[in-house]
Amino acid sequence: MDLRYSESDERFRAEVRAWLSDALPKLPPKPGPHDWDARRAYDTTWQRMLFDAGYAGINWPSEYGGRGASPTEHLIFLEETERAGAPYVGVNFVGLLHAGPTLIAEATEEQKTAHLPKILRGEEVWCQGFSEPGAGSDLASLKTRAVLDGDHYVVNGQKIWTSFAHVADFGELLVRTDPDAPKHKGITWLILPMDTPGIEVRPLRTITGSSEFSEVFFTDVRIPIENRVGQENDGWRVAMVTFSFERGTAFVGELVRSMKLVEELAELARKLPRGSGSAWDDGGVRRELGLIAAQLDGLWHLTKRTITESERTGVPGIGGSIFKLYYSEVRHHLGDLAMKILGTAALATEDEPAVDHVRGWIHAMSISIAAGTTQIQRNILSERVLGMPKEPS
Amino acid sequence: MNFDLDQDERALQAAIRDLCRGVFPMETVRGLESSSGISSETWGALEDAGVFSLRLPESDGGAGLGMTAAVIVFEQLGRALVPGPLVGTHLARTLGIPGERVTFAHRDDLVISNLDSSDAVAVIDAEGVWVISQNGIAGVPVAQPLDPLTPVSRVSSLPQGERVVEGADVSAIRLEASALTAALLVGIATAETDLAVAYAKERRQFGRPIGSFQAVKHICADMLTRAEVARAAVYAAGVHLDGHGDGDTARAVTGAMLLASEAAFANGKACVQVHGGMGFTWEIDAHLYLKRAAALIALHGGADTYAEEMAAAL
Repeated sequence: MDLRYSESDERFRAEVRAWLSDALPKLPPKPGPHDWDARRAYDTTWQRMLFDAGYAGINWPSEYGGRGASPTEHLIFLEETERAGAPYVGVNFVGLLHAGPTLIAEATEEQKTAHLPKILRGEEVWCQGFSEPGAGSDLASLKTRAVLDGDHYVVNGQKIWTSFAHVADFGELLVRTDPDAPKHKGITWLILPMDTPGIEVRPLRTITGSSEFSEVFFTDVRIPIENRVGQENDGWRVAMVTFSFERGTAFVGELVRSMKLVEELAELARKLPRGSGSAWDDGGVRRELGLIAAQLDGLWHLTKRTITESERTGVPGIGGSIFKLYYSEVRHHLGDLAMKILGTAALATEDEPAVDHVRGWIHAMSISIAAGTTQIQRNILSERVLGMPKEPS
Repeated sequence: MNFDLDQDERALQAAIRDLCRGVFPMETVRGLESSSGISSETWGALEDAGVFSLRLPESDGGAGLGMTAAVIVFEQLGRALVPGPLVGTHLARTLGIPGERVTFAHRDDLVISNLDSSDAVAVIDAEGVWVISQNGIAGVPVAQPLDPLTPVSRVSSLPQGERVVEGADVSAIRLEASALTAALLVGIATAETDLAVAYAKERRQFGRPIGSFQAVKHICADMLTRAEVARAAVYAAGVHLDGHGDGDTARAVTGAMLLASEAAFANGKACVQVHGGMGFTWEIDAHLYLKRAAALIALHGGADTYAEEMAAAL
């Protein structure tokens, strides 16, 4: 085992760093959290800058316009961009991290040509229409119905937790095409143009105070049959291709950000007065923060094990679910500890120095729910890794 | 970067695992309680396998391996609950301290494990590593040690001893001791997971295996998770100590010791819990793993020490 980076990896890191130090000052000021048009413009501008520099689709195969970087280079890229405070995928995280990779794996050449270059250039923003009010953890029970009428699917139903739906051009949509088949066998994956008549987007205000998510309602929405990806009723398998991307390196940026927050929280604790000293004088606080730092370091090492495994086998293995479960717990602990340390300094969610810690605390509550809840991750690990029997349904 | 066991490391891991299965089945380990955890046969098997000499150069009868190999080996020893002064003897052999068995102690603790079965005690303090012959120490064995396989003696004071390591090298030895102990602990955390999972698949209540209940399987998933993250940290600690790391070595080792301590302790308790009433019996092995974990953690300064060291690095 060897954790040192190769010379070519180090060259790549130096190149990314040099580019970031040149590119970041050219970015316009970051827009406010509620100015959605400006947020789309900001994120797609950044995507175009990445594209022009050859960093767009860092881990996408080069034949589809990506950089074809190795998993290690991907890790380096995520680490360096996060450390430099660069924007991440922003409003198009679905296009770049979910829909794009799914199209690469499953779409026809026409579908790939129509969408992949635009996603990479920042000209096309995607959202995800998977979850429904009645289909969350039990996603395969989704009911949004699509009926074939000539050369169109006619869609009726409702989706929820659709991120950035109001600024998206397309959506990846899971629909029920065979209500009589077993639940996993009657689902189809469609490319949804968001300007199709019959779509209504209602923003959903979350506990962050922001409206990144929406509910999307479908009334006789007609989607051309050529927008189907994969075979009819084979959409569950197609969607699972997406999930294997979601559980690979998807949380590296998160991890690096949390490692930074730990350092900042330690610094803040040394300044926050408590009695005649500071919050840092409390040994309990110090040791909790020390434990969190060790746990995040442990996840960094685990990431490298997962990456080595995916370099060898092409798939991320079990590391993804372990990461997601453990990170969620640590992220909660970090947020809870921040709230304890901050005291009344935590009572604002904008414009104050502690705001990243307060927002992070709230954000933690979505981390343990989104992309497979903590409880679902425990089911996956105990059933698929430890071979424990399923709970009878 | 390659953070997975290479072919040689896999072969080493398999060899030690086979050795442990052959020489240290649980009946044998339990049987060693009557002889302070040691028999000449079992100790000789460890010796022959190169557990203690593996970092010596081949010209000195070693295998010329590094700390990465050592943590791989010690993980398997922990997993099999192999008793005896393993860390001390390994470090002593590496440092050229004579003796078939050498136990390590911290000067301030006035507590020595495996004293009666050791030829010498290597005492660590801020100024050095000091060797004291076993018969130069008047230790009083505690009655019924917490871990029945880790005898513990109390001393009122320790002779100064003969200095074998000094200066900056002391902290290097301390880090090696921590990494090896962390490796034992992560092996224990894994064994505890295996034991709990096997029982949960077998034990039936309400007409089905208890492992089909989410309330039980989620405990097991957490055990797996703690052990896997700790293992990544422990391997990273070994790699850093060999100079092949990507960050600060002391931090990597300290973090590994903290995570391995937490994993072995929490998994030990979880293992007892999954076994229900049986877990509270002497007959079931769960308590032996938990008690070994508690003993190793306490003898190496306690998890809080490592948490403080991590905080100091922030």
